[in-house]
Amino acid sequence: MTQVWDWSYAFAILPSLLEGLGLTVLATVLGSIVAMILGLLLAVLRQGPPVLAVAVRGFVEFVRSTPLLVQIFFLYFVLPQFGIVLSALTVGVIALGVHYACYASEVYRAGIEAVPRGQWEAATALSLPRSRVWTGVVLPQAIPRVVPALGNYVISMFKEVPLLTAIGLLDVVGRAQEAGNTYFRYVEPYTIAGLLFLLLSYPASLLVRRLERRVGTI
Amino acid sequence: MDNIGTFLSVLAQGLPETLIATVGGIVLTILLSFAAGLALLAPSRPLRVISRIYVEGLRGTSEVVQLFWLFFALPVLVGFEIVPIWGGVLVLGLNHGAYGAEIVRGAIQSVPRAQYEGALALSLSPAQRMFRVILPQAVVEMIPPFNNLFIQLLKSTSILSFVFISEITRQATQILVPRFNPQVLQIFLLLLLVYLVLSLLITAGMRALERVASARLGRGPSPGAKRLASTGGQG
Repeated sequence: MTQVWDWSYAFAILPSLLEGLGLTVLATVLGSIVAMILGLLLAVLRQGPPVLAVAVRGFVEFVRSTPLLVQIFFLYFVLPQFGIVLSALTVGVIALGVHYACYASEVYRAGIEAVPRGQWEAATALSLPRSRVWTGVVLPQAIPRVVPALGNYVISMFKEVPLLTAIGLLDVVGRAQEAGNTYFRYVEPYTIAGLLFLLLSYPASLLVRRLERRVGTI
Repeated sequence: MDNIGTFLSVLAQGLPETLIATVGGIVLTILLSFAAGLALLAPSRPLRVISRIYVEGLRGTSEVVQLFWLFFALPVLVGFEIVPIWGGVLVLGLNHGAYGAEIVRGAIQSVPRAQYEGALALSLSPAQRMFRVILPQAVVEMIPPFNNLFIQLLKSTSILSFVFISEITRQATQILVPRFNPQVLQIFLLLLLVYLVLSLLITAGMRALERVASARLGRGPSPGAKRLASTGGQG
C-alpha cells in the first residue's frame, strides 16, 4: 500500500483547488448580494396588504422547508424547458440567492419589528410619505441590528456552494472530485478542501460573534 | 398529469432511505448535542477543549465535504468502508450535532441563575441539579431551535444522493428525469412537496412535544385542558 498522505500530490493539486475556492467565494458574494436585496424586498412586502403578505409568507415557508439541492435541480432542469439556458454559476447564484433571501427576510422582519412603535407613529404624525418612513426612519434603525444574523447566513451559504457540483460547477469540491477521480487519491483533495473551508469560515464566524457583541442580537 | 402515479411510486421507493437517514440522523444529533453541549459547560478543561474543537470543526467545514471525506478519504485511512446509509446517518448526525451542542449550551445558560442557586441551597447533588432542576427547564427552550435544526437535517438528506444512496432526490434525478424529461416541472414540484410534507410532520411533532414539556413545568395548560378550553369557549 502506498503512503496515506503524499505531500507532492497535495502541492500539485493545490493551485487547482484554490482556483475552485475563488469560484466558491464568487458564488457566495453574488448569492449574498441577491439574498440581501431580495430578502429586504420580501420583508417589506410582508408588511404590505394582507393578500400580498400571505403570498410572500407562503413562498418563504415553502422555500425554507425544502432542500436547496432540489431547488438547484429544479432551476437547472426546468428553466431550459422555457427556453432559458443559463450557466451553472448563474443557476447557482439564483438558487442560493432566492433560498437565502427567504431566510434573510425573516431576519429583516425581526429587525423591522424591533423598531419601537413610537417611531412609526412619529413618522405618521410628521405626515412623511410611506417611502420616506421606510428609507428614512425604519430601515436605518432596523438594518444595523440585523447585520450579524445576515453575516451568519453568508457563512452558511459559503458552506452550501459545494451543492452546485451537482450541476457541474467546478468549485473547490468540484476540483477536489476532479483531482480524486483523475489520480484515484481522495484523502489529500478532500482534506485540503475541508481545511480551506475552515480557514475562511472560522475567522468569519469569529468576526460575526464580535459584531454581535457590539450591536446586540435580535 | 397521468404520470403522477408513476412519479409517486418511484419516489416512494426512495422514501425508506430518506426516512432512515432523517430519523437516524435526528437520534444521533440529539445524543451528540447533549453530550457535546454538556461538555462545553463542563468544569474539566480538556473536556471543554475537545467539545469546542468538535463543534467548531464540524460547523466550520462544509457538510458536502464531510460527506465526501467520510465516503472517499476515510476508507483509505482505516481500510474499511461503511454501509452507505449508516455513513450518511453518521455525517448528518455529526454535522447537526455540532449545531445542536450550541443550542443545548445556550438553553442551559438561559435558565435563571436563581434556579441553580435554589438547587444548591436545597443541597441537591450536581447530577440532581442538572437533571432535576436545570435541564427540564432548558429542554423547553431547546425545542423550537431543535425543530429548525431537524428540518435542516431533513433537507440535508438530499445530499446523500451524491454518494449513491437511493433516497428520494436521487430517485427523481436518476430515474424520473431521464425517463420523463418533458415533465421535469411536475417531477420536481412533487419532490419539493414531499419534503414540505415531511418538514410539516417534524414541526407538528415538535409542537406537540413543546406543549407536553411546558405543561410538565406548569407553564401553560396541559394538552387535555387546552383541548377542553378550545372546545368550550369561543377563543
